[in-house]
Amino acid sequence: MEHIVIIGNGISGVTAARHIRKNSDKKITIVSAETDYFFSRTALMYVYMGHMKFEHTQPYENWFWKKNRIELKKGYVTSIDSNNKSLNFAEGDTLSYDKLIIATGSKPNKFGWPGQDLDGVMGMYHKQDLDNLEKYAPNKNVCKRAVIVGGGLIGIELAEMLHSRHIPVTFLVRENSFWNGVLPEGESAMINREILRSNIDLRLGVNLKEIKGDANGKATSIVIAETGEEIQCDVVGLTAGVSPNVDFLKDSDIEIGRGVKVNRFLETNVKEVYAIGDCAEQHEAIGSRRPIEAVWYTGRMMGETVAQTICGNKIEYKPGHWFNSAKFIDIEYQTYGWVWAQAKENESRFYWEHKDGTKCIHINYDKNTRTFIGINTFGIRMRHQFFDKILTEKRSVEHVLEHLADANFDPEFYKLYEQEIVAKFNQENGTNIQLKKKSWKRIFA
Amino acid sequence: MHKPISTTDTMKAIQNIGLVFFLIGLAIFTGSLFTGSFSLTEQEVASFIESKGYKSDIIKEKLTEAVVTDEHLNIFQFSSRVRAAYQASNDHYDALIAKYDAEKNWDKKGEQFQYKIYGKSHTLSYEVAKKAGSGFVKENAGLLWWLTFGLAIVGALLFILPNIVLLGKEGIKNNGIYHESSTNRGWIAWLVLVYLVTFYLVLYFMPDYAVNWTYILDPISKTLNGGEASQWFVYGFLYCVIMIVMAARMYIKYRHNKYQVIRTTSVLFFQIVFAFLIPEIMASLNMPGYDFKNAFPLDYDFFFEWNLDSLRDSGAIGLFILVWGIVLTLIIVPVMVYFFGKRWYCSWVCGCGGLAETLGDPYRQHSSKKLVSWKLERWLIHSVLVFSLFMTIVTLYCYFTGTESFLGIKSQWIKDTYSFLIGAWFAGVIGTGFYPIFGNRVWCRFGCPLAAYLGLVQRFKSRFRITTNGGQCISCGNCSTYCEQGIDVRAYAQKGENIIRSSCVGCGICSAVCPRGVLKLENGPEAGRINPTEILLGNDVDLMALVNQNDAK
Ligand SMILES: Cc1cc2nc3c(=O)[nH]c(=O)nc-3n(C[C@H](O)[C@H](O)[C@H](O)COP(=O)(O)OP(=O)(O)OC[C@H]3O[C@@H](n4cnc5c(N)ncnc54)[C@H](O)[C@@H]3O)c2cc1C
Ligand code: SF4
Ligand code: SF4
Repeated sequence: MEHIVIIGNGISGVTAARHIRKNSDKKITIVSAETDYFFSRTALMYVYMGHMKFEHTQPYENWFWKKNRIELKKGYVTSIDSNNKSLNFAEGDTLSYDKLIIATGSKPNKFGWPGQDLDGVMGMYHKQDLDNLEKYAPNKNVCKRAVIVGGGLIGIELAEMLHSRHIPVTFLVRENSFWNGVLPEGESAMINREILRSNIDLRLGVNLKEIKGDANGKATSIVIAETGEEIQCDVVGLTAGVSPNVDFLKDSDIEIGRGVKVNRFLETNVKEVYAIGDCAEQHEAIGSRRPIEAVWYTGRMMGETVAQTICGNKIEYKPGHWFNSAKFIDIEYQTYGWVWAQAKENESRFYWEHKDGTKCIHINYDKNTRTFIGINTFGIRMRHQFFDKILTEKRSVEHVLEHLADANFDPEFYKLYEQEIVAKFNQENGTNIQLKKKSWKRIFA
Repeated sequence: MHKPISTTDTMKAIQNIGLVFFLIGLAIFTGSLFTGSFSLTEQEVASFIESKGYKSDIIKEKLTEAVVTDEHLNIFQFSSRVRAAYQASNDHYDALIAKYDAEKNWDKKGEQFQYKIYGKSHTLSYEVAKKAGSGFVKENAGLLWWLTFGLAIVGALLFILPNIVLLGKEGIKNNGIYHESSTNRGWIAWLVLVYLVTFYLVLYFMPDYAVNWTYILDPISKTLNGGEASQWFVYGFLYCVIMIVMAARMYIKYRHNKYQVIRTTSVLFFQIVFAFLIPEIMASLNMPGYDFKNAFPLDYDFFFEWNLDSLRDSGAIGLFILVWGIVLTLIIVPVMVYFFGKRWYCSWVCGCGGLAETLGDPYRQHSSKKLVSWKLERWLIHSVLVFSLFMTIVTLYCYFTGTESFLGIKSQWIKDTYSFLIGAWFAGVIGTGFYPIFGNRVWCRFGCPLAAYLGLVQRFKSRFRITTNGGQCISCGNCSTYCEQGIDVRAYAQKGENIIRSSCVGCGICSAVCPRGVLKLENGPEAGRINPTEILLGNDVDLMALVNQNDAK
């Protein structure tokens, strides 16, 4: 029986395993050094915040793996011998494979800051980081202040986590507005306000110079590069992005760039070795996507795709329309299609913000053809299916506004803002779009 | 240097004061049971026996011996004496029955049965005790009300209201739920369990022990329905009070979520007006007190002889209730479930649901999400449904034919068994008593026969579904964790499937806690409601076709 070995029990590796099992009887082994069972990394924050216990982050019960004949091996792979098709483990043992899927995910970036390896300095990616945080920041007495370096999605989550335990947080963000490499100005400003509203000490446009420690090797303060200000703290969170977790492949035959280089079939340069998820790097970016896509959904899609290929239906990784979501403290965010931080040459924008400053939508469309390109929505939930169809059918911005009621996905009885939004669009564009009533028929058409 | 006192500290201080008030109120409430002195005069005994129409020749003597006394008897001593008196009377006639039986004197033997006094011993004792009590509690009902209900309500509100500030901005604030002893199955939770279980045991099986509580509420009962309070009045009143206070907590916790706010208002309304006030007012007008929203088979004694007789004797209103009860179960319930899902009943109207969604909300995360629990649930709840229907068939058959049993099963026996096992133990002691450890919907999920019926309709013929928002799920597990019905919502959401489950009561909390806006409760066309294949949007369409094709194989 063909033996498929998957390194990494994250969403991409596990999705691949599940789909290989669905389509075949192959022997499957998932290897991971992190935890015995698959858990949802995206939910780590809720464990620290006390919303859930760690076991709740595990999407499958423990019997699931045996029942589906998916073997789990705990161990750290130190190197791959692709000539002999074998893995070497830190524990000293080896494991041979017929086909190998590398799904090792990411690791937090560290930019060589002095003191970055002191105790109390941590990323927020692995289960071990959570354990570390629990150790160094169990409460506000042990951790009198935490400093977070790097203003991305994980940074703001870490800030919210610490805040939930009433630990004062200083949040160093290199950009002059939160996540403004991705978010346009209006949205970015909204999130700045949301951070400040939570009494988090947000510092924009600053970089970390160094982390200072005491004689025991424990972090005690940080110094800001621009001002030289020193801030006392017990915990430093490094959340300046992630990069593929591929160092253990350096001496193998497998080609790596920033991540494991793969073609559209998710094949590496070595036969029968594939890479998926956060650690995979496309030779050429697909559409407007980045060559490395470190998000949950793409890991899942790659897992599904590679499973097909391995089971004999060779198929390209062909992701559909881009979408994503996040939650910035109390503000939910969803995006469908593309809304760049800066409008491109051919693009025009429509922005509506509610007067309370916690809801907005931002639509991107083609100036000339009026084709809808994408939407950011904050504080209002929208229907994925609706926008997926709009993007496939290349509908106009006017069409989207006219049918905006179909898009709403907020819980029942929520206040609707479509009238207000359409009125603003009409006013700005001299149009006379009439909002259509929500129609189930259209939604399910 | 003085540290400035922050609002947070002030609010916390208010909460602590509230907690102290609440605990004092609760302590006085509990302690009141142990107070008072119970005795009757000879005349009182005589008139009591006359009013009850007891034929026993010796009960008077026995009861007089037991309760006409200068001794100071508390309710427990009193109860044991009264029960002994009834026992002695019955023993006396049992002995005679045995004697005549041995003598084969059938006429004499047959005569004796009329002298026996039937009924549960604590219930008989309750009736005597209600007349026999005196003491501070009874004489100062108003003051006691303030010292118990009053203090506890004020205390609870002082504890709850500061959360407007303490919880911070509106939004989902489940911080610390798994760090707190009370909500993480710690010792506080176990203590609450013990208290609740004891409460239900007393209420159902030893009502005489709770007679002091009825004194506290006598004045209110008299104003409402003209009569004195029974243990059921105490329960009904307490139920409403608890729901109102805990609804305040819901309003604060979910103030950003209009679905929750409206739903909470709805269950409150139906509890106070339909379950409590209307029946009380009806009783005061000499009508049978009826809860118009309590549908059979949850209202399992609707077709019991005593109820049918009472309805028959109540003229037009009785007939109306009879017709309404049948229409409610056979037509209104399923039609509403078709349009809105079972939620219209279970989390908008029902009293059990109402308590679960208010008092029970802090414990919703404890429902088991394991597959074995789901299996157990399906077995149990459908068995109870069958049990309730079978019991009703036996009852009705016996009622209309005048026989005592059907298919060898005694009508009285099956009713008693159901009332005891399902009505008292399952719905009460376990259903509510176990909130702090097993979650707030144990009864609704595993036991309620009406829920089973509604669930069948919801599963197979309804416009209701929880729509999954394409591919947006990140498998975080908040939805599953906070589903009080133990539905593994994530298992569906992460595959892009809509959630169509017979047990879903449509509380809407999964949707509320989802950090990615993945879930929406909605009523729509039946076509497209169930999408049992993995349709993850954002994926390559050809790939999806392939995945689904393989699924279909
Ligand atoms: C806090 C946080 C929040 C996030 N929130 C979101 C979100 O809201 N939305 C979203 O789209 N994305 C989110 N992400 C990103 C998302 O979690 C990742 O894109 C996704 O988990 C990547 O999955 P993966 O399977 O590729 O890798 P991973 O989940 O990283 O799994 C890789 C596994 O391989 C193991 N491994 C690595 N190297 C070895 C080795 N040599 N030997 C053995 N085992 C090894 C690792 O220990 C790990 O267990 C979040 C990430 C974090 C950390
Ligand atoms: S699935 Fe959602 S709406 Fe239904 S009972 Fe569970 S939490 Fe409530
Ligand atoms: S809460 Fe939302 S994102 Fe999390 S598992 Fe449930 S549906 Fe998915």
